Amino acid sequence: MTIRPASDRSLHVVFGDRITPEAYASVTHLTHRLEGAREVLNLHPAYTSVLIDFDPRRYTHERVEALVRACLATPGPPDPAPRTVEIPVDFGGQCGPDLADVASHTGLSPEGVIERFTAVEYEVYFVGFSTCFPYLGGLPPELATPRLSAPRKHVPEGSVAIGGQQAGVYPLSSPGGWRLIGRTRLRLFDPQSVPPPLLRMGDRVRFVPEETH
Amino acid sequence: MSAIRVLSPGLQTTVQDLGRFGWTHFGISASGAADAFALRAGNLLAGNAENAAAVEMTLMGAAFEFEAATVIALTGSDFGAGLPLWTPVEMKAGQTLRCGPSQSGARCYLCVRGGLAVPKAMGSASTHVITSVGGRPLRTGDLLPIGNEAIRRPRPAAQAVPPLGDGPLRVTDGPQAENFADDLYHATYTVSEESNRMGLRLHGPAIASAAGHMLTEGAPLGAVQVPPDGQPIILFVEHQTTGGYPKPANVISADFRRLGQLRPRDRVTFERVTIEQALRVLQQQEQWLYGL
Repeated sequence: MTIRPASDRSLHVVFGDRITPEAYASVTHLTHRLEGAREVLNLHPAYTSVLIDFDPRRYTHERVEALVRACLATPGPPDPAPRTVEIPVDFGGQCGPDLADVASHTGLSPEGVIERFTAVEYEVYFVGFSTCFPYLGGLPPELATPRLSAPRKHVPEGSVAIGGQQAGVYPLSSPGGWRLIGRTRLRLFDPQSVPPPLLRMGDRVRFVPEETH
Repeated sequence: MSAIRVLSPGLQTTVQDLGRFGWTHFGISASGAADAFALRAGNLLAGNAENAAAVEMTLMGAAFEFEAATVIALTGSDFGAGLPLWTPVEMKAGQTLRCGPSQSGARCYLCVRGGLAVPKAMGSASTHVITSVGGRPLRTGDLLPIGNEAIRRPRPAAQAVPPLGDGPLRVTDGPQAENFADDLYHATYTVSEESNRMGLRLHGPAIASAAGHMLTEGAPLGAVQVPPDGQPIILFVEHQTTGGYPKPANVISADFRRLGQLRPRDRVTFERVTIEQALRVLQQQEQWLYGL
């Protein structure tokens, strides 16, 4: 583990440079322990790291580092029970313009891709990027497909995508380089609802085919 | 409740406070005023708490009609309103305030005694423009209710406002600093037209990085990130909360106000400082604010 300043108002805690169950368990443990801590303004958990923002007028890197070490040294309350969220998806056609590319890259038929993609349960590793984007672990390895060499300028809201060995859903229309295989009408992000995010770290996700084009 | 009517909205005029905290692990950055120093000073001068909701104008100012007498303070850049900046000014009922194109930096703040009583979303009145959390940019005819949250009398005009300065932007080392040579510190960059509250895109000599594929990780406010094309992007108040591009440097907190005042085509250079130096400059800035 390394703990270093990332800026004059943040501390970066890194549990290694490879995604392992141990590193990820440390990320979730630390994130849950630090949620609501007085010293913490914001938390950015990721695959193997947690970035902690604090107010540099009130706290120092040393103080926050001591807090991190104390949290890691003591067992916390058990992680919140995961929820399972079903996400209905229209696969292929205009909703999933890259389904055919994923099929040809993986040597499967489009139906084979959908079958495997919907057969497993995914875990929300963390939520980030730009607005509630869930980074999903658990993609069957045979479905891994490289990202586009040049990102699209506009990925439509609700697009369900594969990026390398990860899966994800674009909550809002945004630029993006992942392969789009379908689209959901479920809103992952609604600015009117409080708290707005549908998915949080540790949740389980199942994709359910609604219609295939 | 009395209100301010928007007569013309300017280019991108929004309601801002100091931002919403506690949501980055859902991918929602804090947002808040692009030049928080100016917003805080304006609120303090008007007799408000420093986090009161106020109006942020960008490049081209808006016009307003005041339905009731009140006290305002304009801070940040001079948008040609014909009123002194950094000074509480009494407005009469029915009076109009017309701001025009910026005469200096990118943003001007209109702080109103009592604050703007607009609804909060997730704990803040700040407009997060890309997601519409907290509302949308103002339009003609919008009414901004004036609150009654003043906490003290308006202050005397501010003295010796710390200049923005035109020296290099000061940065501390970012998480991947060791993967970069000193390219960043020997070049002049131009702020791109594509810059916004999410990020300031810079054009200039490409920066080479020895960083290979890296795992997505958290990205703080002010991070200088370098995509494969080598053109740096400074992550700003509506920044992405995680990212996979290496970060050689991070702008210091005391220079965030300068980021908020950068305009397209402005030129920037970078200077590396230590965290201790960064915190000393921040403390000087805070001392000036505490004196208001």
